[in-house]
Amino acid sequence: MGKTYKKPEALSDNYTHYCPGCTHGTIHRLIAEVIDELGIRDRTVGIAPVGCAVLAYNYFTFDFQEAAHGRAPAMATGIKRVRPDLMVFTYQGDGDLASIGLSEIIHAANRGEKFTTVFVNNAVYGMTGGQMAPTTMPDQRTTTSPYGRKVEDAGMPIRIAELLATLATPSYISRHTVIRPKYITKAKRAIKQAFTYQLEGRCFSLVEIVSTCPTNWGMTPSEALDWTEDKLLAYYKLGEYKTPE
Amino acid sequence: MGKVLMKGNEAISEAAIRAGCLNYFAYPITPQNEVAEYLSKRLPEVGGVFLQGESEVAVSYMLFGASACGARVLTTSSSPGISLMSEGLSYMTAAQCPVVLINIMRCGPGLGGILPAQGDYFQATKGGGHGDYHLLVMAPASVQEAVEMVMQAFILAEKYRNPVMLLGDGLIGQMMEPVEFPEDYIVPPVNKDAWATSGMGTRKSRTRNLVKTLYLDPVELNNHNLLLKSKYDRMKREDVRFENYNTDTDYSALIVSYGTMSRVCITAIDNLKAEGLEVGMLRPQTLFPFPEKGVHAAAAKKSCKVVISVEMSMGQMVEDVDRSVKGQRPVEWYGKCGGEVPTPEEIMDVVRAKLKQSS
Ligand SMILES: Cc1ncc(C[n+]2csc(CCOP(=O)(O)OP(=O)(O)O)c2C)c(N)n1
Ligand code: SF4
Repeated sequence: MGKTYKKPEALSDNYTHYCPGCTHGTIHRLIAEVIDELGIRDRTVGIAPVGCAVLAYNYFTFDFQEAAHGRAPAMATGIKRVRPDLMVFTYQGDGDLASIGLSEIIHAANRGEKFTTVFVNNAVYGMTGGQMAPTTMPDQRTTTSPYGRKVEDAGMPIRIAELLATLATPSYISRHTVIRPKYITKAKRAIKQAFTYQLEGRCFSLVEIVSTCPTNWGMTPSEALDWTEDKLLAYYKLGEYKTPE
Repeated sequence: MGKVLMKGNEAISEAAIRAGCLNYFAYPITPQNEVAEYLSKRLPEVGGVFLQGESEVAVSYMLFGASACGARVLTTSSSPGISLMSEGLSYMTAAQCPVVLINIMRCGPGLGGILPAQGDYFQATKGGGHGDYHLLVMAPASVQEAVEMVMQAFILAEKYRNPVMLLGDGLIGQMMEPVEFPEDYIVPPVNKDAWATSGMGTRKSRTRNLVKTLYLDPVELNNHNLLLKSKYDRMKREDVRFENYNTDTDYSALIVSYGTMSRVCITAIDNLKAEGLEVGMLRPQTLFPFPEKGVHAAAAKKSCKVVISVEMSMGQMVEDVDRSVKGQRPVEWYGKCGGEVPTPEEIMDVVRAKLKQSS
């Protein structure tokens, strides 16, 4: 009997450094499967963020660049402009993309840069130890919102998919999650769609993935999954926010 | 092609194209806007890439991304813009990416003013960004020299896999002078397969390339920094450039000055000579690596009583001059940096006064 489920070629053999119950690993796997299926590994360049996925390049088997905090979309722009034949994607957390790098993502999307962004939203700054992010939920406790995020002080969490979908430039914007098997196939389909638009030279594409951070949320992995489903998905609604004509 | 009359900023732009750089990313700032205006017209004609970024921060990473995947790239900016690019410069230097940046300096600090100054000397030569790094910094004194230096800058950037900065002041960018573009300037292609993220499929080896700056292991990071240091040491051995003026005489004072300022000093030196006073000048063409040995030797001349650093900054280069002279002679500073360029008469007065003080 042959193997029916094997490791994608685009994924390396390395063990990841992600915490138990973190869905960064699942998201990596989906990207790798899509790259294998589209047969684009030889001409793909990934851009790793600053955040928990800073070492993402250790888990893939194709060319990678590492960005400064928030600047991945500008790097992707540079690459795509000089080498439109390459397949380029950025992998970014919510602190990275929605805070320090907000300008870079908005302008890249608005210019219609033909790369793909996988945006991992776990409502917290994971790597630096659980500080409040622009995506942190009202009343959510973090190390810098020990009394819970106060909307009077910090505003409401930013919904990136909705925000970017207001831009008039053609793009593909959707939001997914990978916390249960039933969501995973849809998330993968969206990632594949995003890459396919790029392959066809059509538009900027971004897939937001609502993710977990049991470590910094102070929950067990299964509690984190439930909290994501109950709290985060109620505010960060899944679905397609924009598709190109 | 013979000589043509061109504005510095436009001549620099044309020189980049002739050096084979067809990729330009930038954000507008006075006094260098003519570069983007010129290239937005010219690059589409030659099949190049022109992109006006949303900020200098973004622009520096557009350069980084493009350079890391093997392209030859250029940006131009002015002082506050370079401050914003400093984060990217630290990353590009750490990742060993060859890029060329032109800083047509204005006066600062802060928003300062749009007139010429040389107040970014420290930022350019000591590293404006974080960490232990250097740019190779070239300083032209004429439009012709700016053209030649831009062309050489791409070669040096690729030789060292390091960002190279051309440090000019507002005058170099704004003045019109006759220039000739070297005809046979062919920048040899550099094999970037060993490191550039150009897509695995483009390489014979089919191994993947990784451009990164993160080294969590202290030994590894120390070794990486030692490697960078060895490049800076090599620059000091192989690419120090300077010119001397009137140093075959028994000069009693030595001026060290660069860029536009050095041209004013030449007029002052000629006038003083007519009065019977000999003054020599050393003009650094590279500010990093600084011509330490050249300055040391010029200051060592028996007749030389004083060394004067003349700059359009509040005493920045003088620190490098002082460290090169190594106490052989008194080292003095003279400068202005509100946007006015010291006149030849002022410099003549300064030379006379400093000579008096030191005798
Ligand atoms: C310029 C800069 N500022 C701050 C940091 C520190 N920093 C590293 S990771 C991080 C937060 C990343 O959070 P997020 O993007 O949400 O990713 P996660 O770790 O949650 O996956 C911060 C603030 C940095 N590296 N660079
Ligand atoms: S800190 Fe949070 S985001 Fe980072 S690896 Fe652990 S669980 Fe994942």
